[in-house]
Amino acid sequence: MNFKLKVWRQQDRQSPGKLIAYEARDISPNASFLEMLDVVNEQLTLRGESPIAFDSDCREGICGTCSLTVNGEAHGKDHPGAVCELYMRKFRDGETITIEPFRVGSFPIVKDLVVDRSALDRIVQAGGFISARAGSAPEANSILVPKHESDIAMEAAACIGCGACAAACPNASAMLFTSAKVSHLAHLPQGNPERESRVIKMVERMDAEGFGNCTNTYECEAVCPAEISASFIAKLNREYARAKFRRSVEE
Amino acid sequence: MIGNLDAKIPDGPLADKWTRHKDHSRLINPNNRRKFDIIIVGTGLAGGSAAATLGELGYRVKCFCYQDSPRRAHSIAAQGGINAAKNYQNDGDSVYRLFYDTIKGGDFRSREANVYRLAEVSVNIIDQCVAQGVPFAREYSGYLANRSFGGAQVSRTFYARGQTGQQLLLGCYSALCRQIAAGTVQMFPQTEMLDLVVLDGHAKGIVTRDLKTGKIDMYSGDAVVLATGGYGNVFYLSTNARGCNATAIHRAYKRGALFANPCFTQIHPTCIPQSGDYQSKLTLMSESLRNDGRVWVPKRKEDCAKAPNEIPESARDYYLERKYPSFGNLAPRDISSRAAKEVCDEGRGVGPGGRGVYLDFADAIKRLGQETIAERYGNLFEVYEKITGENAYEVPMRIYPAVHYTMGGLWVDYNLMSNVPGLFVIGEANFSDHGANRLGASALMQGLAVGYFVLPYTLPNYLAPQIGKRPETDHAAFKDAEREVRAKIDKLLLTSGDCSLDSIHRELGALLWDKCGMARNAAGLRETLGKIPALREKFWREVRVPGKGEDFNQSLERAGRVADFLEFAELMTTDALERDESCGAHFREEHQTPDGEALRNDDDFASVFAWEFQGNGQIEKPKLHREPLHFETVHLTQRSYK
Repeated sequence: MNFKLKVWRQQDRQSPGKLIAYEARDISPNASFLEMLDVVNEQLTLRGESPIAFDSDCREGICGTCSLTVNGEAHGKDHPGAVCELYMRKFRDGETITIEPFRVGSFPIVKDLVVDRSALDRIVQAGGFISARAGSAPEANSILVPKHESDIAMEAAACIGCGACAAACPNASAMLFTSAKVSHLAHLPQGNPERESRVIKMVERMDAEGFGNCTNTYECEAVCPAEISASFIAKLNREYARAKFRRSVEE
Repeated sequence: MIGNLDAKIPDGPLADKWTRHKDHSRLINPNNRRKFDIIIVGTGLAGGSAAATLGELGYRVKCFCYQDSPRRAHSIAAQGGINAAKNYQNDGDSVYRLFYDTIKGGDFRSREANVYRLAEVSVNIIDQCVAQGVPFAREYSGYLANRSFGGAQVSRTFYARGQTGQQLLLGCYSALCRQIAAGTVQMFPQTEMLDLVVLDGHAKGIVTRDLKTGKIDMYSGDAVVLATGGYGNVFYLSTNARGCNATAIHRAYKRGALFANPCFTQIHPTCIPQSGDYQSKLTLMSESLRNDGRVWVPKRKEDCAKAPNEIPESARDYYLERKYPSFGNLAPRDISSRAAKEVCDEGRGVGPGGRGVYLDFADAIKRLGQETIAERYGNLFEVYEKITGENAYEVPMRIYPAVHYTMGGLWVDYNLMSNVPGLFVIGEANFSDHGANRLGASALMQGLAVGYFVLPYTLPNYLAPQIGKRPETDHAAFKDAEREVRAKIDKLLLTSGDCSLDSIHRELGALLWDKCGMARNAAGLRETLGKIPALREKFWREVRVPGKGEDFNQSLERAGRVADFLEFAELMTTDALERDESCGAHFREEHQTPDGEALRNDDDFASVFAWEFQGNGQIEKPKLHREPLHFETVHLTQRSYK
């Protein structure tokens, strides 16, 4: 298969960037999207041109490293799935494909298609954990968790932290990401003692990082490789309101 | 210079060794802990849990990873589960049985004391993970669920759908985040360790490159902990992430750390077969699938091209069930992999190139319903469909073995310290617990065991007398290491030939896969040893590395790793040649039983092969040191899964 590519090239955060046209030739329909880019990069390198910088690692959709916007969609059109799980058989032969980085103000561009998503780490650092000291844990089966609650926690915990939710959102909101971690821990009895402080700190951090708010467009849910449900955002709002209310009553 | 290798195994009965060792280990009081800087490289289950726990104890931790976030380390991709001797199923499990299964699974090439300790602390890991909020699978009663796994006859595997590694790593990452916020751990993401600094014989620092800016930095510490994972990507194609590399452990080896059993590489039986040359990695389908899937190929070559549904039951060869009736489809990884290779070599393989076997769920779907199968393995079926375009609920999966895990690694003693004082090595990066073959669901167990519950006890044995001995980074040893790092980068950037990096790496991988993969023989290994130096020369002569050093330069990152693989491959092949027996994943064709199973030679080879780097500039044949393995509790038997 052959494709015409338009790829965002940008030397670094400060430099202006632009779309540059490339050709991808003789690509197997069974190649992944990133393998197609590998082939293009190999040719660029041997021609003495600079290869396209893009992020990836596990290439099986779980590490959350890859972060491309393909024809305007975060991770491309084969949802649910990260762009490393997108295969060229999903495209038409001869198709023009536009490739851009995740466009979020809080994810500054490092180079070409690579962005800095450390803002997401800082949201977790603000409170996305249970403070369980190694050594102090009780016997595992002394904490019973109803299967239904445990399953919901697992659904939320499946977030791969790629940031596609923010990239797809017109407000560049990271609420799906934040809500996934808040919901995961709020559905477990172990998460209860820190429930209020957790949600307040994480939301404050999210706002401080410059992410926008949710206006219910559900683009985040549509592109999420881990199929995190937007209903967790409602859960986040509920958790936040509950925490704020309890705080105000206590004060 | 290096005398007899002392593993420092504590005295006393096997079951008491770890308790006694802890009781007699050094302690460091809380006020002094903050005077120690601990460098930890890698944030997978081992490195992440170690960093979080040591930070929590009050040490000052500097933690490095090449990924853009510690949450992306490759532990995240582990699917199936984590073993623990909880005996929640009342099916006869115990610490001893987990120990015995692990040491037998490793074909009696690991240390009894290390393995017993691993089994012993396995129960604490589950407690810790549940407390952290890891959403393990549960029964309707609210109690934890278990599944069975290869190489065991009890159900002791805890799991979180097909994403156990992800959930454990995120638990560990959240603990790490807590310490980062508390200021006890300073995190350096996108920072790659390029050399180890050894000063007066002690590991006291590292040289790094900031992958975003290309800046070279030096960090000093009172101890250095490597948790940088395995070297499976030496084969080019493996189930490892693209970035997984051997650079940190190879650099440490070149600085004097012994490399143990490098030829022990695990080939996982259930991966999606390769479809073309462009392929950048192989994808694992969790071994847990073998609980319900049945492995088969056609009995006759002529049927291989037929659609699987058209091949009647009577014309199918369920070869694992036939050859290993008591373990059947749950035979250990090395045995299952070789059996697949064997039937494909006979011309009975299926799919492109005839390198594939069927993993069929039709019977399980009939017995349990599609819903149950989807509940158990739904995400794996989705992954399979994405990659191959086939629906495995309707047609059997095609699978083939692929490089997955490396049991070999830097040599460490019972304290997990290498022969270089101050250099600790944990997780897949060391050699310690899996012998010649690792059982499923044991890698996650090892990673978390050491980070949460072993290293925090053993590290002070080295640290306690080291107070106040941390050097400054302006010491000559740092400057020398920095100069060497810069020289190597400059040399890589000077290359401007016509060869791409991947083409040379692919060539190396194909050579190793063919001669040093699932089956090996002396002639093939000697041939490979002849070819690797030539390939290395070709690399330095013809490869093209674009861009500059002071920049975000992914080609340069990879070039440095491939250059190290080209040296490391020789060590791995040398070890495979020197170990003139078959054991576990190391199958020497010269040494097999009449029915084709691995034939060990315990008289000559019941020892760890630990290699010392030789050579100054040039690569010379490394020097072999042997650590004899003493078995006081288990009786060495021919491993049988029949």
